[in-house]
Amino acid sequence: MSEPQEIIPIEKDALLGAVSDLFAQGYRMVQIGCTTLENAYELNYSFDKDYHFKNLRITAKPEDEIQSISVIYPNAFLYENEIHDLFGIKIKNISVDYKGSLYRTAIKTPFSIGNLPKPEPPKEPKKAPKQQTEMAKNPAAEPRQQTEAANKQLDIFQAQKKETE
Amino acid sequence: MARTNVIPFGPQHPVLPEPIHFELITEDELIVDAIPSIGFVHRGLEKLVEQRDFIDYAYVADRICGLCSFMHSMGYCQAVEQIMAIEVPERCQYLRVIWAELGRLHSHIFWLGVAADAFGFESLFMQSLRIRELVLNIIEETTGGRVIFGMNKVGGVKRDIDADTLKGIVNRLINMKKDLEELTSIFVDDYSVKHRLVGVGVIAKEDAYRLGCVGPLLRASGYASDMRKIGYAAYKHLDIEPVVETSGDCHARCLVRVREIFQSIDLIRQAAEKIPEGPVDVKVKGTPNGEYFSRIEQPRGEVIHYVKANGTKFLQRFRVRTPTFCNIPAMITALKGSQVADVPNIILTLDPCISCTER
Repeated sequence: MSEPQEIIPIEKDALLGAVSDLFAQGYRMVQIGCTTLENAYELNYSFDKDYHFKNLRITAKPEDEIQSISVIYPNAFLYENEIHDLFGIKIKNISVDYKGSLYRTAIKTPFSIGNLPKPEPPKEPKKAPKQQTEMAKNPAAEPRQQTEAANKQLDIFQAQKKETE
Repeated sequence: MARTNVIPFGPQHPVLPEPIHFELITEDELIVDAIPSIGFVHRGLEKLVEQRDFIDYAYVADRICGLCSFMHSMGYCQAVEQIMAIEVPERCQYLRVIWAELGRLHSHIFWLGVAADAFGFESLFMQSLRIRELVLNIIEETTGGRVIFGMNKVGGVKRDIDADTLKGIVNRLINMKKDLEELTSIFVDDYSVKHRLVGVGVIAKEDAYRLGCVGPLLRASGYASDMRKIGYAAYKHLDIEPVVETSGDCHARCLVRVREIFQSIDLIRQAAEKIPEGPVDVKVKGTPNGEYFSRIEQPRGEVIHYVKANGTKFLQRFRVRTPTFCNIPAMITALKGSQVADVPNIILTLDPCISCTER
């Protein structure tokens, strides 16, 4: 059995008014969640009353500032700090503002638009190293160099041997 | 004049080995404020959906937490199945209920033991864990695992339980009831236990609701809310009423869990009697496209698994809102006005699961 779920898209400026209405109707705040879209963020504010599940949805651009609802629902401060730390969205007037220290993450704002996985570039065929190309042009070059180097080494070794004798 | 101090509680504390930290602002022995701090071991499992396809991710969801492992993968799978309009066989729904209730059973008995340890009743802790072992044996026999069940997959469950084994499980649980009654009577009636828990860490009904509490914490404050009443999986076919206490103190939270232990045994009995024959899974075709908030009742309360998919095999977003995360504001309320010596009991009776919270 699937639970009926209501998602109501609203403007971000209408958020406080809509949340106040739900508070007055006796709704419990269930959660605030965020999803990264291509060039924006989608925030879901979920509420429940007598097993009736309702969501308010706002869309915000990365540079937008969102008003905190912790003045209406005091438990919202944790969700808002979480969204700030993981997505980098600016939320103003949070009742308890951790200022980015709620989560200790290896990279800053891991869910932000800048950290979205990018499609992998097409694979290019491997280029042969320069030395190998020269060898391919003149196959005898490398062995001769090696022989010259070996002969030099041999001369030094023999000279050292004579000195010791 | 009272002296003001700041006392750190955690992130490592003898009664709670999981990392949560409170700065307790005290005036002599009285707590006047508490500032919580989490995120010491945040694992970023939600981010992992970008690298694991939606079928494989059921394995990851199973590993969000040890105590509520089964219900995490169940919530995740339910959300994906809902998006893909997969009709899961009825037998699978009953099996999910049976394993979920076994998970709740062992979590609650484990909690009783840990709570007993916190108020210094060592032998009660030992007895609780001895009884819990019987539940773990049943889980091991039916799933092959004792902590991670690994039974859920998108489209059903991986194993079946035959009729004789189910009958045996119910008989063993009914026999276990005698031991459980003896154990829980100490939590309910013992003078020293009541002395430590009654009237301590009170959360009023209005506060519990206003602060968004869930699970035994909300029910202990007198509010009848249990997500199993929504009727997910096979709960719609079972007779279930939320367990409610009214005093809102540590003892009430303890009583709710004690009564839920027996409720879980009864639900397993009901499910074993009503389970129909048939397949336990269906073949999954295609990829999900859409979104769904799956709400289920874990041992610690309502958990939300939000899944948003865009038609590829990698999900766009997976979010878990764990019960402990939304019970943290109530912890602050319960701690304010308490004595320093009661802090471990208050925090433990809220049953925080930081493993879930640091998903």
